[in-house]
Amino acid sequence: MEFFERFMVPHPSFLIYVSMVLIALTSIAIVVGITYFKKWGYLWSEWITTVDHKKIGIMYLLTALLMLFRGGVDAIMMRLQLAVPDNTFLDAQHYNEIFTTHGVVMILFMAMPFITFFFNFLVPLQIGARDVAFPRLNNLAFWLFFMGAMLFNLSFVVGGSPDAGWTSYFPLANNEFSTSVGTNYYMIAIQIAGIGTLMTGINFITTIMKMRAPGMTLFKMPMFTWSSLIANLIIVFAFPVLTVVLAMGTMDRLFGTQFFTIGNGGMDMLWANLFWVWGHPEVYILILPAFGIFSEIITTFSRRNLYGYNSMVWSMVIISVFSFTVWTHHFFTMGQGAMTNSIFSITTMLIAVPTGVKIFNWLFTLYKGKIEMTTPMLYTIHFIPLFTLGGVTGVMLAMSAADYQYHNTMFLVAHFHNVIIPGVVYAMLAGLTFYWPKLFGFMLNEKIGKATVWVMSTGFLLAFMPMYITGLDGQARRMSTYSEATGYSTLNMVSFIGAGIMAISFIMLVWNIWYSFKNSPRDIGSDPWNARGLEWATHTPIPAYNFAITPDVSESTSEAFWDMKKNGTKLFKGKIEKIHMPNYSGLPFIMSCAFFLLGFAMIFSMWIVAIIGFIVILGCMVYRSFEKDEGYYIPAEEVEAIEKQYEKRGAK
Amino acid sequence: MAHIDHSRPLEYSTEENRLKILGFWIFLGAEIMLFGTLFASYFTLVDRTGSGPIGAEIFEITPVLAETFLLLASSFTIGLAIHAMRLGSKKATLTFMGITLVLGLAFLGVEIYEFQHYVHIGAGLSVSAFTSILLTTLGTHGLHVTLGFFWGLAIIIQISKRGLNHVTANKAFIFSLYWHFLDVVWIFIFSFIYLKGMM
Ligand code: HEM
Ligand SMILES: [Cu+2]
Repeated sequence: MEFFERFMVPHPSFLIYVSMVLIALTSIAIVVGITYFKKWGYLWSEWITTVDHKKIGIMYLLTALLMLFRGGVDAIMMRLQLAVPDNTFLDAQHYNEIFTTHGVVMILFMAMPFITFFFNFLVPLQIGARDVAFPRLNNLAFWLFFMGAMLFNLSFVVGGSPDAGWTSYFPLANNEFSTSVGTNYYMIAIQIAGIGTLMTGINFITTIMKMRAPGMTLFKMPMFTWSSLIANLIIVFAFPVLTVVLAMGTMDRLFGTQFFTIGNGGMDMLWANLFWVWGHPEVYILILPAFGIFSEIITTFSRRNLYGYNSMVWSMVIISVFSFTVWTHHFFTMGQGAMTNSIFSITTMLIAVPTGVKIFNWLFTLYKGKIEMTTPMLYTIHFIPLFTLGGVTGVMLAMSAADYQYHNTMFLVAHFHNVIIPGVVYAMLAGLTFYWPKLFGFMLNEKIGKATVWVMSTGFLLAFMPMYITGLDGQARRMSTYSEATGYSTLNMVSFIGAGIMAISFIMLVWNIWYSFKNSPRDIGSDPWNARGLEWATHTPIPAYNFAITPDVSESTSEAFWDMKKNGTKLFKGKIEKIHMPNYSGLPFIMSCAFFLLGFAMIFSMWIVAIIGFIVILGCMVYRSFEKDEGYYIPAEEVEAIEKQYEKRGAK
Repeated sequence: MAHIDHSRPLEYSTEENRLKILGFWIFLGAEIMLFGTLFASYFTLVDRTGSGPIGAEIFEITPVLAETFLLLASSFTIGLAIHAMRLGSKKATLTFMGITLVLGLAFLGVEIYEFQHYVHIGAGLSVSAFTSILLTTLGTHGLHVTLGFFWGLAIIIQISKRGLNHVTANKAFIFSLYWHFLDVVWIFIFSFIYLKGMM
């Protein structure tokens, strides 16, 4: 009995039981469904073992959408709890757990896979490559990320969720104040996912540096590829810091080390510093690719090339360097003295300069362009003013003296949602709508799409603008309830309504997908938007090898496909030859399952199981080392036959 | 089979090999950040000894010198192994790689002794922030050496079974980068943890 007790949720409530039942039923339904339709073999051989960057991208996309739902439910519950004063819908402990999981899920398991989806799907196409540099590693990176995400979500039903905030500050996160295994989940699940992310970083830097089509110099790379290169460089330099700090946190909790304790020399501020040395650059890992997506969309629908390409690139380079120099702005009030605060205040404000450069470049592009207001463009047009507002309040927060007023209030919550939702979420949804026809061969409905954007922005403004006011008025962040006398109740009710409207916009998005799947025409060719980048020069659906002939862009600009359409530049020279392809493999999946086992066992200090998991991981590595894997060739005749089929369908 | 460019050294001779070498350099960049974070934490916590011992009380020069010598020598022999590989001598490559691993194993032996000694004299992992970060930093390096040992072993077996070809040569070369890197990290540990601590 004692053995099982530790797996129980320490603070159960009616809501948790209901969700447990729902989760159980859904899981059973999925398993039964797959078995009934005899799809296990298909799943295994076409998806789980795949090394095709496009399919791996789609798996990231599905995970991101799933997690958006989970994080969204958390958000609605928080807003519901705060909608009226003295509410008892959630107790304090449950509220702690929800804001913690909401933050972690949204940043690490929703936004990160969403941008990784774009890395995977777009980068090889934009640079004219057949795949990424290390296709096998790519599959492993996905599964490690996925197992980390699932492990984190498991905390909800087995053993208890983390409750120390997504920043997990010590001493709050130590065993004394965070008593359930929840924070163990936090440390270990993020660690496993983080290793996957690091692999992604290495993979994509190598891919972009080495696998660009002939003629594509660095300064001819499409803007999204540039943003990916920079973001992945930040990943490689920032994630190891996270690895170390999570390992230290894990050791403090499991092995009694004294890194972040109060006595015996431990230093809780070391956690805060190291966490944000990773955490701040992380924000740019998310936002730069988002900027890249917006740039692609703006040029396409202004029918004009990007204003200030070079300054766009250099501003990203500068942002990436600066992003490592501002981390203490997250804790101006935590005692490092006026000098340090002033320095970090200034470096923070400096970042606004290159960011401003980008905004102006977009505006100038639009100014001279022939704007076509499609759904992706509508997202972009909404993004510019909303994001700018978030940027301005960011500069307000960067004034360290003033920050004593708004630190850890709703003002801060309003600020970062104000940059992250119009910045990252809008970019991801705009990009998804834009690339949807390339992914799935039909367009999303424009009417529903545009309505979605308007509803989303309305909801967004209603949900977050009131927080600026209540925040300045002193409503603390992470406060589970407040009294009538504070006078916060009206604005919080508005916020709740706004959150509800945002939820409706996400339902509209899902409905749009369903509606368009049923009704949209399928004969749209492979370039329905009249777009500009090399990624649109592929067929739809994209064959496994992407390009039958590697494109040559020596006579083109960064928008090779546009040049071909406008000036008749020849992209595909030479003739079709046999194509080398990598083999699929189940090993990364098995290894990731072993990581899951290892992580789960460590969370509950079950050391024998942990050792077994570890041995399986090592076994996989040895197996991989001795494996002979040279890939295979698609013969030229077969490539030709495939290409002929596309011609017959009239696509291209 | 992969296209082999004979004008280049074997380890660089295919596209895939060149990708792997670049990828590994980027990985080493991440490793620098990893150890850099550990060092930064070490310098932050070095004087925060609580009720535990300080560095000067527990560091001993003899085992540390032995470790340094063993690791430096192994870095030299892995260099020789790669040199032999470039000359195409399978036997010499294997011999020097073997010596490298033996030296690495000896290093680990001394380090395990050292750790036992620390625990014995009351400087275990959970004594103070200082001992925690000290043993974590050393342990992370030691773990890398351990992993390197088994990795090297796998490569030795592959070279002896399959000979020197573009696959095995590539693996051996990347392994040598890794091994040199561990040596560089050790030099930092030696100078900034031990020497500085003993002064
Ligand atoms: C879709 C509508 C969303 C709503 C209504 C919402 C609402 C909230 C609320 C009420 C809080 C907690 C305030 C408190 O601490 O009491 C919060 C925290 C947070 N949210 Fe959101 N959120 C949304 C979307 C997002 C997105 C898209 C992201 C990131 C990509 C995000 C990231 C965070 C983070 C990091 C925190 C801090 C958690 C913590 O305090 O530890 N949120 N959100
Ligand atoms: Cu920051």
